[in-house]
Amino acid sequence: MLDTLPLDDWLPLAFAALMGVSILIYVVLDGFDLGVGILSIDALPDERDVMIGSIGPFWDANETWLVLAVGLLLVAFPVAHGEILTALYLPTTLMLMGLILRGVAFEFRAKAPVERKRAWDLAFFAGSLLAALTQGYMLGVYVIGLDQSLSGILFGMLTAVCLAAGYAFIGSAWLIAKTEGGLQQQAATWARRLIWPLALGMVSISVASPLASPEIFDKWFRLPEMLLLAPIPLVTAGLFVLLVYLVREMPMGGDRLAWAPFAITSAIFVLGFVGLAYSFFPYVVPSQITIWEAASSRDALMIILVGALITLPVILGYTIFAYRVFGGKATALRYE
Amino acid sequence: MDALLLARIQFAANISFHILFPTITIALGWFLLYVKLRFNRSGDMAWMQVYRFWVKVFALSFGLGVVSGITMSFQFGTNWPGFMERVGNIAGPLLAYEVMTAFFLEALFLGIMLFGFDRVSNRVHTAATFLVAFGTTLSAFWILVLNSWMHTPQGYELRDGVVHATDWWAIIFNPSLPYRLAHMMVASFLTVSFLIAGVSALRWLWGDRSKGLLRAMRMGVYTAAALIPAQIVIGDLHGLNTLEHQPAKVAAMEANWETGPNVPLVLFALPDEETRENRFEIGVPNGASLILKHEADGVVPGLNDFVAEDGTALHPPVAPVFFSFRVMVGIGMLMLVTSWAVGYRMYRTGNPGLWGARALAAMTFSGWIATLAGWYVTEIGRQPWLVTGVLDTATAAADHPAPILGLSLALYLAIYGVLIVAYLGAIVHLARKASAGADVSLKPAGAMPVPAE
Repeated sequence: MLDTLPLDDWLPLAFAALMGVSILIYVVLDGFDLGVGILSIDALPDERDVMIGSIGPFWDANETWLVLAVGLLLVAFPVAHGEILTALYLPTTLMLMGLILRGVAFEFRAKAPVERKRAWDLAFFAGSLLAALTQGYMLGVYVIGLDQSLSGILFGMLTAVCLAAGYAFIGSAWLIAKTEGGLQQQAATWARRLIWPLALGMVSISVASPLASPEIFDKWFRLPEMLLLAPIPLVTAGLFVLLVYLVREMPMGGDRLAWAPFAITSAIFVLGFVGLAYSFFPYVVPSQITIWEAASSRDALMIILVGALITLPVILGYTIFAYRVFGGKATALRYE
Repeated sequence: MDALLLARIQFAANISFHILFPTITIALGWFLLYVKLRFNRSGDMAWMQVYRFWVKVFALSFGLGVVSGITMSFQFGTNWPGFMERVGNIAGPLLAYEVMTAFFLEALFLGIMLFGFDRVSNRVHTAATFLVAFGTTLSAFWILVLNSWMHTPQGYELRDGVVHATDWWAIIFNPSLPYRLAHMMVASFLTVSFLIAGVSALRWLWGDRSKGLLRAMRMGVYTAAALIPAQIVIGDLHGLNTLEHQPAKVAAMEANWETGPNVPLVLFALPDEETRENRFEIGVPNGASLILKHEADGVVPGLNDFVAEDGTALHPPVAPVFFSFRVMVGIGMLMLVTSWAVGYRMYRTGNPGLWGARALAAMTFSGWIATLAGWYVTEIGRQPWLVTGVLDTATAAADHPAPILGLSLALYLAIYGVLIVAYLGAIVHLARKASAGADVSLKPAGAMPVPAE
């Protein structure tokens, strides 16, 4: 089909897809490690070492997906990048502060004198929480069309709390899979508490985005699309019910299904993302700029696309390798 | 203060903070690979001790480099939207290639290098060490391609004020890249040489006489002694290349106002842009002509050639470039003397001696100062251009309100201040712990959970 479409039509589409996939991978991967950071405040010191050990080898690479996503936005849709990040300058700056704090706390807590470890643990928690909250805020404000009025800010705050809870939830699902004993029990308790704010977040975004834009409303509630799209909310709801049941039973004897909550949560994130992407397509700035209007020169895009097609499979390959090297239950990290 | 100035200060603060850490990781990765290979060949645990100590410094520096690098990548868009609008068609692909070819590679194999020792075979661990070193170098390559292209752009055409690529080979291998890349790589190796030698000397002064310690110190001192003359030659060639492509920058480095022959080499002066002359000038007759043209009566360009009809300067601010250049060269000279003198003493007696160790310890972070000074020369020296002849800095800036820029600048400065203190503190702490012998248990890690450090 692609060869029947002119280059200028499908190239921005390909980049929107690449960017979407990067954001999605980022949200799942950095989601769980930011989540573990948020939960770390509520753990005993020994447990905290194991929790941080479980994400130590990965957090760096997880954050790189954010750099790739923002890089692609910057490169492929410079106009939109300017528009979005200028509107969100302050939350972006705060998010960067959060990422800086938690990223360095990771290293410093293991290397600073013992009496400072507590302070770096706090910085690790605070940075993780700040990054999650600001990302949630930006998501909320974006969903309702970069609305910066009081209602926009309030909605942004609601999604901020919900996304942070969602990250903490997938973090606890990660810990259920990666830990054992008392910490695994604790992770299951966290999961049982956090599943409801996660639900609240998904529902409020699903309700707010069609309400904020008649266009999005029309896309979802018009026949026959409504029927074709029905599986997205239905499957999500089904998975969610399954998840509620699962976290109540966790951890199971013999460590059965320990990976299931993480896998199901990832699937819910994917479905939510697909729903959002369908709502906003073809806009990159909601109801203002389409991906074709925002796209930059096609020569530059072509050069990057070629590179992406060659390097992304390689990156995925060694990502899988790295996750396999550190498979199994986590222990506290030690440097060799 | 006006918003443009605040935006400039913010970017300068960010990039100054960021560059400190790649400067360490680029070369330290290769040093670690060397140490690992020596260990593989000899099985000597003293090499492993060296690896174990310096890999922690690597992890610390890498972490700080990553977080400040992410900040930079956002700031291109938030603070300098004009940059991407005008030259995004070239800057974008170069940055994207950095992320796709180098960034993921470094980040993932660093995990294996740091924590995977008891999970992968020794050979895979060595390969991971190589890939991390290779990744940091590749990263530096792409960034320097972009930076060099901004200094000496070619391979593009302008359509409606927007840059479009016409020849990617010309863009990547632009005229200043080879010099800048070589200069930066060697700068990184010198920085790390002095860091390793300095921290080892400090531990030696504390009474640590372990075998690995002296080996690391020797590695640092000898590398520095070998590389500093090379750096002087490369720096000279880089200067000649700059003279060809950015003569105003060289004129500012020399604080030379009038174009002409027999230009003296100014050793010290207070350049005054109001009166357009130097006060308190001390110079070596014909020195600049000799260095730049290799002839006593060589004609050297002066700053007065770069003034617009209405009197506005089209050259960089003179004093910061002039003084930064002297700081860089001065530290280079100190490096030469220290590494040769201490190197000779170590070669003859096997130890640095009290004063040698003190000198090395004092020079621990000399590479940082020289590198920063060098970057100020080259980056301030590019002003008023952001991309030479294509885009000036003022056009590229975003119009954020000054209070917001001021607030974010204050936040950044506060965080960076804390981090730099913590970084230095952590290195000293690690060194003390290592010297106290806390690090000498070299039993292979078992399956038992181990308390974190």
